[in-house]
Amino acid sequence: MIKVRREVCCYCGACISVCPEGALELIDAYLSVENETCKMCNICVRVCPLGALEASDEE
Amino acid sequence: MKSEYDVLIVGGGPGGALAAKAASENGLSVCIIEKRPAIGAPVRCAEGIGEDLISEFFDELDPKWISTKIEGAKLISPDNSCFYLSPEMAGNEVGYVLDRKFFDRDLIWQAVEAGAECYVKARAVDAIVENGAIKGAIVEYAGETREIRASITIAADGVESKFSRYCGIDTTVPLRELETCAQYLMTDIDIEEGITVFYVGREVAPEGYLWIFPKGKRTANVGIGISGTQSKNGHRAKDYLDKYIKEHFPEGKTIELIAGGVSACEPLECTVADGLIIVGDAARVSDPITGGGIYNAMYTGRLAGQIASKCIKSGDFSKDKLMEYDKTWRSSKMGKALERNYQIKEVFVKLNDKQLNSILNSVSNLVMKEFSTLTLIREIVKLNPKLLKELTSLKKYFE
Repeated sequence: MIKVRREVCCYCGACISVCPEGALELIDAYLSVENETCKMCNICVRVCPLGALEASDEE
Repeated sequence: MKSEYDVLIVGGGPGGALAAKAASENGLSVCIIEKRPAIGAPVRCAEGIGEDLISEFFDELDPKWISTKIEGAKLISPDNSCFYLSPEMAGNEVGYVLDRKFFDRDLIWQAVEAGAECYVKARAVDAIVENGAIKGAIVEYAGETREIRASITIAADGVESKFSRYCGIDTTVPLRELETCAQYLMTDIDIEEGITVFYVGREVAPEGYLWIFPKGKRTANVGIGISGTQSKNGHRAKDYLDKYIKEHFPEGKTIELIAGGVSACEPLECTVADGLIIVGDAARVSDPITGGGIYNAMYTGRLAGQIASKCIKSGDFSKDKLMEYDKTWRSSKMGKALERNYQIKEVFVKLNDKQLNSILNSVSNLVMKEFSTLTLIREIVKLNPKLLKELTSLKKYFE
């Protein structure tokens, strides 16, 4: 699953624009990941300008 | 908040604001919803715009919108040689660094004064689709989920646009065509007031550039954009920016950090559907070379508001009728520039540092009567005929 490091994320939305599944969203100024929709392509992890997203093995 | 309007606008940036203003001035009932709690904050932008471009929208500029007037630019090549565009040669490329916190709020203010309603912290969570036509949005606002129906919905929700996706349009930006950006607002730094600075090169900003946009005395937006494919652990936009700042402004003070994505891809294949118009960054109309998007958002926003008014008055909101919007912006100066600049970007993004040095050194003594991105590139190509040989697709723009 994709984990958001909230202390690093500044909710810019760069990850949302590249997610091919539309699995990311800003809700109430927080980035939210729909893990059921996410296909773990990790494009969002790669594109984050601040390194706020992490791919994790945890379910 | 009513349950029905003529026009519903998703997003309260410059595109949404101009659309709302144009539609309201034509007597339509208009609702703007913005998911963030405030208009104009946080701003995700280097805030630069050409004087000729902004003047298209206003007879007079409010001084509080402007942080600094820009009169020249410096382009720094990978070998640190400098190409200086003096005010005399800057011609039509002089401009402003805006204060978008004020600017964006005033644009919405103008739309509201014209009659539009605006709701912040109001988030579209889905589209209302009936018989394939968009009829508004499902909106979360003040702890409630409600339907807002509209004859025409305008998606102005920026690069991270989700509304068009809810309508079944794929707006995904390809990884290699997303510039991942970080920017500090810095103070106490040695800068030349009125001069913007651009650094290019794979060491400084792979497949992108680093910028310094003055905001006043010893204050500037210092930012960077790199290609999504070049971004990885330890080599992210912020890492490159921090490295630059450590070397060049070690004593500088950071008072704001913003981050974001800028699309450098082609615009969406079609920017309308039945009952839907897509504008600004959501339509992928930011400039693929510079990343600039304020003018393009305002232009497409205003046009969307005007076409929406025309269609609503005629009672026809079909895709066919709304195509006038798509056709008009594509055939405009802006649309043609987007098409050309995308082709140019595709070539320049592949150049290595040696090629960039050679190209920028070739133009270092250049004097141009007028400056624009196009005239500069035209001169670069003229002085580097080998480049043109590789760029058969670009020949038509330079012959």
